[in-house]
Amino acid sequence: MEKKWEAMSPDEKQEAQFQKLLTPKDPQGNDVKFQSPGAEAAYKASVTRIKDAVQLKRIPDRVPLTLLPSMFPFLNAGMTVQEAMYDYDKCAAAFRKFILEFKPDMHIGAAQAGPGKFYEILDYKLYKWPGHGVAPQHSYQCLEDEYMKAEEYDLLITDPSFYFTNFYLPRVFGALGGFTMLPPLTGILEIYGVAFNFIPYALPPVQNTFKALFEAGAEALKWATAMGMLNGELTSLGFPNILGGFTKAPFDTIGDTLRGTKGIIMDMYRQPAKLLKALEAITPIMINMGLGAAQHTGNPLIFMPLHKGADGFLSDEQFKKFYWPTFKAVLIGLIEGGCTPFPALEGHWGSRLKVIQDIPRGKTMWMVDQTDMVEAKETLGSNACLIGNVSSSMLKLGTPEDVKNYVKKLIDTAGKGGGFIMGNGAFFDEAKPENIRAMVDFTKEYGVYK
Amino acid sequence: MSGELVKFLSDLKEHEALQFVESALSEGVDPGTLLEDARQGMNIVGKRFAEEEYFIPDLIFSGEILKGIVKMLEPHLKKTKEHKPMGKVVIGTVAGDIHDIGKDLVVFMLDVSGFDVLDLGIDVPAQKFVGAIKDSGSKVVGLSGFLTLAFDSMKETIDAIKQAGLRNDVKIMIGGGQIDEQVRGYTGADAYGRDAMAAVNLAKGWIGG
Repeated sequence: MEKKWEAMSPDEKQEAQFQKLLTPKDPQGNDVKFQSPGAEAAYKASVTRIKDAVQLKRIPDRVPLTLLPSMFPFLNAGMTVQEAMYDYDKCAAAFRKFILEFKPDMHIGAAQAGPGKFYEILDYKLYKWPGHGVAPQHSYQCLEDEYMKAEEYDLLITDPSFYFTNFYLPRVFGALGGFTMLPPLTGILEIYGVAFNFIPYALPPVQNTFKALFEAGAEALKWATAMGMLNGELTSLGFPNILGGFTKAPFDTIGDTLRGTKGIIMDMYRQPAKLLKALEAITPIMINMGLGAAQHTGNPLIFMPLHKGADGFLSDEQFKKFYWPTFKAVLIGLIEGGCTPFPALEGHWGSRLKVIQDIPRGKTMWMVDQTDMVEAKETLGSNACLIGNVSSSMLKLGTPEDVKNYVKKLIDTAGKGGGFIMGNGAFFDEAKPENIRAMVDFTKEYGVYK
Repeated sequence: MSGELVKFLSDLKEHEALQFVESALSEGVDPGTLLEDARQGMNIVGKRFAEEEYFIPDLIFSGEILKGIVKMLEPHLKKTKEHKPMGKVVIGTVAGDIHDIGKDLVVFMLDVSGFDVLDLGIDVPAQKFVGAIKDSGSKVVGLSGFLTLAFDSMKETIDAIKQAGLRNDVKIMIGGGQIDEQVRGYTGADAYGRDAMAAVNLAKGWIGG
């Protein structure tokens, strides 16, 4: 009899999750019909390659290859970022063309463009995007600010969900102003007085917010349907999307979009105890965000873009005190829940490698940006799979020969003994297609393990 | 008594530093002296950053403490044009890019190192750089950018400086997320720097005497 999920060890959970990836289902729960036996074989070979690279138990047949672009597929198809954000079919078509052209072993879907109309409906204030503050051909860019005030830690710590609905969300979405009038749902307990809780829903600002939500939800579904169909089609053609969802290191959650860079830095000096308490309060939320997404998508790889832990940003002492403990707790929580965390070390992380290598072996994969790959392999790489790290500058400005030489160096060093996936270091908008071609062809040829 | 404020600020003791300034002012200490002490404190912060004893958060926090001190001193100071011993630097995030965290750190470090910094902000068109170089007579230009689109914006900005006949009058440094030697070559800049300290060292080498 099959072992119950709850009774499984993290090893068994991870194995079960990869077996699930190897036998993909369509949204109705039936086995995916591959478009050809060749497509099925390619799909399974790719997933097996990735599984071997992640688990560090076997050396894959060759170095797996991934391409993790930002807006490149759309720009390369001759459209603007704006078109990709507003025309979901065009967006999907460009991404399909990109995957079919370069045939990577794994991709993470075309969701990076996102639904422009949806942002408009909710009046999203956290970003500028094409037509809303940046040029049509440029990517969206974040507007940092103190969306959470320095004196609001107690509110966040006491009830993070209430804080998000009533304070944070109305500040970053202009259309969600009605949320500020809602009472906490935890006040709904028994018949006496229960109706009082619902009075705000009669008020016009709240009703307008809900109207915007219905409209935004419909738009999000329309977009997600287009992206889902694309994923299904790519799977049937033999190209696995390995992304199950996303979460963040708690320090980045608070530092990126709540308090902002300067805000969280001030808090480390002025109210360190509150900051630490808040980091702990949101840690289980960050874990459940990943576990929930994995359950929903049926895919165990949880992406985590890492920002403020990079070299130079915090002192070693600050990193060990404020960044690492809750980040590690999220990694462990995800691993125990059967997920494979997929953190991206954005920027340089050389000084952190010896700290972050202290994780369960064979349970994570790390996208490496500008950290020295040989150093990363010797430290973090002894416990984890590394992805990377062909640079954005090389992809855009280098020659195919430059790329080939660098890819060779990566395979010879980081690729040694497995545990490595060839890929770009940072999500890229612009690149010479011939450089991507060189990266792909040379990896598939030279990266075969003998 | 002057050593105390220098020490409070350089050791990032915000509360002590502000309290010291408050009582010194009430005792009739010359606000100009206090400002000079604060500047000395900031120099030590810059030195500690250069020696990797301090990190970015320490820099930003010291800047906040300084802001608090200056706010208390301002009503007592005679309006005199601040003397900056080092040269002028024009800086900005290039067209199409709105990222400012890295650029702001460079501005801050140049400022505490004694440079007169003209910060043009974010998403700065090439011609605005040209105009600022002409108006200020600055000999050093810093171009910042986080996205790959900035590679071209930097190149276009440097081309515009060339076309205006100013290229031989200025040294140009670039920096930001994905900037490296390859990007430097592409844009035609004189140098690139990985962090704020690199920018200070470049500027010092060029115009710091």
